[in-house]
Amino acid sequence: MELFDIVIIGAGSGGLSAAVYAARAKRSTLILDRKRPGGQAATTEKMENYPGFPGGIGGRELMDRFRDHAKEMGARVEQAEVIGFGEEDGNYVIRTRKGVSYGARSIILAPGSEPRKLGIPGEADYSGRGVSYCATCDAELFEGGTVVVIGSGETAVEEAGYISRFADKVVMIVAHDEGILTCNRTQAETALANPKLIWKWNRSTLAIEGGETVEAVRVRNLKTNMEERITCDGVFLFVGTVPQTAFLGGFVETLKGYIPTDEKMETNRQLVFAAGDVRVKNLRQVVTAASDGAIAAYFADRELTEREDFSKAVKRAGHNYLLYFYSPSVQQSLDLVPAAERKAEALGLSLIKLHALKFGTVAARYEVKAAPCLLRVEGENKVETITEF
Amino acid sequence: MKELDKDNFDEAVLAHKGLYLVDFWGSTCEECLAMMPEIEALATALDGQVEFGKVNIQGNRRLAMREKVLGVPTILIYKDGIKTATFTKEFTADEVRSAVEELRLG
Ligand SMILES: Cc1cc2nc3c(=O)[nH]c(=O)nc-3n(C[C@H](O)[C@H](O)[C@H](O)COP(=O)(O)OP(=O)(O)OC[C@H]3O[C@@H](n4cnc5c(N)ncnc54)[C@H](O)[C@@H]3O)c2cc1C
Repeated sequence: MELFDIVIIGAGSGGLSAAVYAARAKRSTLILDRKRPGGQAATTEKMENYPGFPGGIGGRELMDRFRDHAKEMGARVEQAEVIGFGEEDGNYVIRTRKGVSYGARSIILAPGSEPRKLGIPGEADYSGRGVSYCATCDAELFEGGTVVVIGSGETAVEEAGYISRFADKVVMIVAHDEGILTCNRTQAETALANPKLIWKWNRSTLAIEGGETVEAVRVRNLKTNMEERITCDGVFLFVGTVPQTAFLGGFVETLKGYIPTDEKMETNRQLVFAAGDVRVKNLRQVVTAASDGAIAAYFADRELTEREDFSKAVKRAGHNYLLYFYSPSVQQSLDLVPAAERKAEALGLSLIKLHALKFGTVAARYEVKAAPCLLRVEGENKVETITEF
Repeated sequence: MKELDKDNFDEAVLAHKGLYLVDFWGSTCEECLAMMPEIEALATALDGQVEFGKVNIQGNRRLAMREKVLGVPTILIYKDGIKTATFTKEFTADEVRSAVEELRLG
């Protein structure tokens, strides 16, 4: 089994950005994606808000650049779907559907999200038969036709504009009061001025109906309670996204499917980080995913370095040494550093100082409950806890 | 895999005796591009037994719509010119492979 310093799962904007930083830190880096690298951003025609590209840049083009950049830095990109995790010899094991497994000293999870389904009658039956979640894939098939778009967020409004280049009529189903869209103002102004867009405010969608393919959408006016049947050739749904975390099993903690992390992007599991849309966060965009990826890779590298430093310190310290656990949030543990150093000197042993939280696995191995804590170690074994120093 | 379009589709696929698998795809469809290599591998494995072709919906919209393709990727399998299996959107190349095997033997 091949072993990598950092294995990144998901080659969207978060994962690819992490790969750039990881590989540039000279870490052996593997990035896995079950599809072509690029993620969701590659499925949108034009990206208007990624800094550095006035006039916009194609979603596919931008993501190809992310991928090329990661490769240029030395990251290896493989197509594989991750289906499970394990642990072996102190490293993580990542299992893929094809049967190949990879060893990882640390992991960055960046599996992103996918379109949310409404779960209304007809939605699943007509998927690919008029129901779509991807404008760049299917809009052309509705050239000259009438299309219903459900949703009023950034994605819905942006993609409706794209669809209107092909369809004659785009009927927008919005749950809010007239004029209220949940996208930014620039997008809202453009959309409201688009003559092909027909607005149905205060509507909820009840069902999608048809024969072999979609023929109509049934909606209800939330103000009048009246039902209405809108005849159409296709329905595009942009009603938010859901995280792709089912494959994680219970590997890391999730909250409503999203992964909570600290500021270092670390999950509740040591040396496992998360980046991008999959995180618990507010703004899910390419630029924030890229930022997450950079931070995750930076701390993955730093924590691996700390561990390497610990192994080296142990090697240098020889068979017998003192281990001192401190925590920056416990002032007393910082104040006692000189005392611990004097104790080591008096005993003629070397002292290894460890941040108790960062070296949580080491602390757990020696059953350290809280900092400060001074231990005498022989070989790998704790001989005593020194309380007086 | 043969490049099919509105001009050659009927003669190649509908007039064909035996199995013909057609992959409808689009160059802006990520899912289609991800799936293509697997379908191409299947085509190579079944060379001489099952015909394989692909239709780019860009430029062949009417043909796609006539065949009731309203989303891509869609794979249609024709037997003696009659549509006998449809895969659309959420399917895997393995499912297509099993269906082809079944139709070929059955
Ligand atoms: C239509 C549309 C338009 C958008 N427009 C904009 C815009 O204009 N500007 C903007 O900033 N943002 C936009 N966004 C949002 C932006 O695309 C996302 O915020 C961004 O892609 C998140 O990146 P990510 O890396 O977290 O995840 P994703 O881009 O979702 O990438 C995750 C990757 O992980 C892979 N993956 C998942 N599970 C596994 C597994 N088990 N094994 C292997 N691989 C796996 C997936 O195949 C995918 O490629 C848009 C989104 C959509 C859908």
